[in-house]
Amino acid sequence: MSPVSQRRFAAQFASEEPLLAATREARERGFSIDDVFTPYAVHGLDEAMGLAPSRLPWVCFGAGLTGLVSMLSFEIWTSAVSWRLNVGGKPFDSLPAFIPVAFEFTVLCAGLGSVAALLLRTKLWPGRAPAVLPGTTNDKFTLVVHARAESDETLRALFEHHGALACGPLQPDAPAPAAPPAIATVAP
Amino acid sequence: MSGHTYSALRHPLVDPPRSLSQITDEIAAPMERAPSASFWAALGAAVALLALGAGMVTYEVATGIGTWGLNKTVGWAFDITNFVFWVGIGHAGTLISAILFLFRQKWRTSINRSAEAMTLFAVMCAALFPLIHMGRPWLAFWVFPYPNSRGSLWVNFRSPLLWDVFAISTYFTISLVFWFIGLIPDLATLRDRAAEGSLRRKIFALLAMGWNGSGRTWHRYETVYLLLAGLATPLVLSVHTIVSMDFATSLLPGWHATIFPPYFVAGAVFSGFAMVLTLMIIARKVLGLEHMITVRHLENMTKVIIVTGGIVGLAYGTEFFTAWYSGNPYERFTFINRAFGPYAWAYWTMISCNVLSPQLFWFRKIRTSPWAIFVVTIFINIGMWFERFVIVVTSLHRDFLPSSWSMYRPTVVEVGTLIGSFGLFFTLFLLFTRVLPMISIGEVKSVLTFARQPAGSASHAVPAAAAPVLEEGAA
Repeated sequence: MSPVSQRRFAAQFASEEPLLAATREARERGFSIDDVFTPYAVHGLDEAMGLAPSRLPWVCFGAGLTGLVSMLSFEIWTSAVSWRLNVGGKPFDSLPAFIPVAFEFTVLCAGLGSVAALLLRTKLWPGRAPAVLPGTTNDKFTLVVHARAESDETLRALFEHHGALACGPLQPDAPAPAAPPAIATVAP
Repeated sequence: MSGHTYSALRHPLVDPPRSLSQITDEIAAPMERAPSASFWAALGAAVALLALGAGMVTYEVATGIGTWGLNKTVGWAFDITNFVFWVGIGHAGTLISAILFLFRQKWRTSINRSAEAMTLFAVMCAALFPLIHMGRPWLAFWVFPYPNSRGSLWVNFRSPLLWDVFAISTYFTISLVFWFIGLIPDLATLRDRAAEGSLRRKIFALLAMGWNGSGRTWHRYETVYLLLAGLATPLVLSVHTIVSMDFATSLLPGWHATIFPPYFVAGAVFSGFAMVLTLMIIARKVLGLEHMITVRHLENMTKVIIVTGGIVGLAYGTEFFTAWYSGNPYERFTFINRAFGPYAWAYWTMISCNVLSPQLFWFRKIRTSPWAIFVVTIFINIGMWFERFVIVVTSLHRDFLPSSWSMYRPTVVEVGTLIGSFGLFFTLFLLFTRVLPMISIGEVKSVLTFARQPAGSASHAVPAAAAPVLEEGAA
């Protein structure tokens, strides 16, 4: 990591509109967005942050396809190969009757696969306890950008123009994400 | 998901206006105060019913299913009725959480969490019935295909009963995952509210799995939530379709009908919404959440009931017409027997509860009066139970051979088991309202500004200059 990316500047907002505006403007002015912390999914934030569409739908598709193919093959194998059992004179390989179970298994694999991929990709699992910026899960919106020390004043002006409650640099060695002193002391 | 939509024609979803932290406080309040006396009374009653059910099931398992009122002619009755009834109830949660999500119906945010919880509990109740009907429930794992020392002898993949095993277990699993994924941000909120070092904080920290509200995480989370909604939508339709195939793939007059899948799905949504309304009307009152689960939410749900109730009524009519039009004497007899035979009382109970009572919702006064809605939904719950009873029992009790005609009457054990399933359902629901947020905190926050001019709102200390970039296709 370059020294630039290690030094970060944070600004806290009271609602989503100024946060979105500040995020857009910071990015337009060439600052790189580290992350944004919000109490709920803010519509349009991915676009404001410049995030590429997630690739998780591909995981979902792959898992679903795996489920479909494996269950159909299993049904055909058990009914027509492993133990051929005559049920009411129906064909051993009665494909239409195999569709409901194959469909259910497709959905099961696709759903569980996407969720597993989400948890792995976003590093969410029991026992993880990262520092959480104060107020993030209640009513505060925090924008964190990468910035050199000389751009602090520019950023401060930009964020205050958008109505930031508090802003300041984060400690370079602070565990991500830690609150800048100015934010930690913001009255709730 | 957030709403910047402003139009004078739209009504705010949360009324009167609240700030973000007020929403957190109000939804978390029922979990953070000591339970009231009425809560203990309700829980005590629910546990008593559950205990009755547990006693009945224990007696039945120890003695055998001869304790039920089944006979050679009516081999399927109370148990399957209860199963289909509970599975139907379980459809509203996923409909609200997945289908209304895909249709961008923002009003769902206040009710989806508890409707999903209700779904899970209803499916648990439903799954109980086939399990006890096996007679030897400890061998229940035989329904799954697994390598065994009998061949391996595999399950019959051509049987709709096996399709049901996969449909119900998949539905339960996906609903549980969908519900839990929706809970994670709220669990993090509760974790951050709890006192440092407290047990409550440790439990919520474990469950929240390190959620920190990161925009990058939200972005992927929203993607997966949309995917799950897209998967759950065909899933929920498939579940009751497959349940209806338990009947429709047989050759019995009264069951052997191609109309069954849509008829059952509409009935399931109909009964599910009725049950959601029954529970919500009590919960919003008891927990003081009337400004979040507003009369408008109730009114929207009654409109869904009018539509699905209409479909159910149409299906009843179509069944009768088809029975006559088919010219098949057995089919005709079954339906005439259904409406005018010895179980006519059950049939007309069903018609009055399911077809007539929802028509009251055409009146705005009734749609907007919680207690009137409550009464109607109770009738619908009763009517939908009778619908399944009528379909199952009247089709069986007078079969092709008049000498084997017989009547079915439930025994005390069967009635006790049904009561016990209600006990289980209410026990779980009451505990849920105490330990988890009954309303999705994050999602309600995202619709706070819905239909409200940003400048006037308490949560918006925003300079007007910042607003233009946020303009979206309103209305």
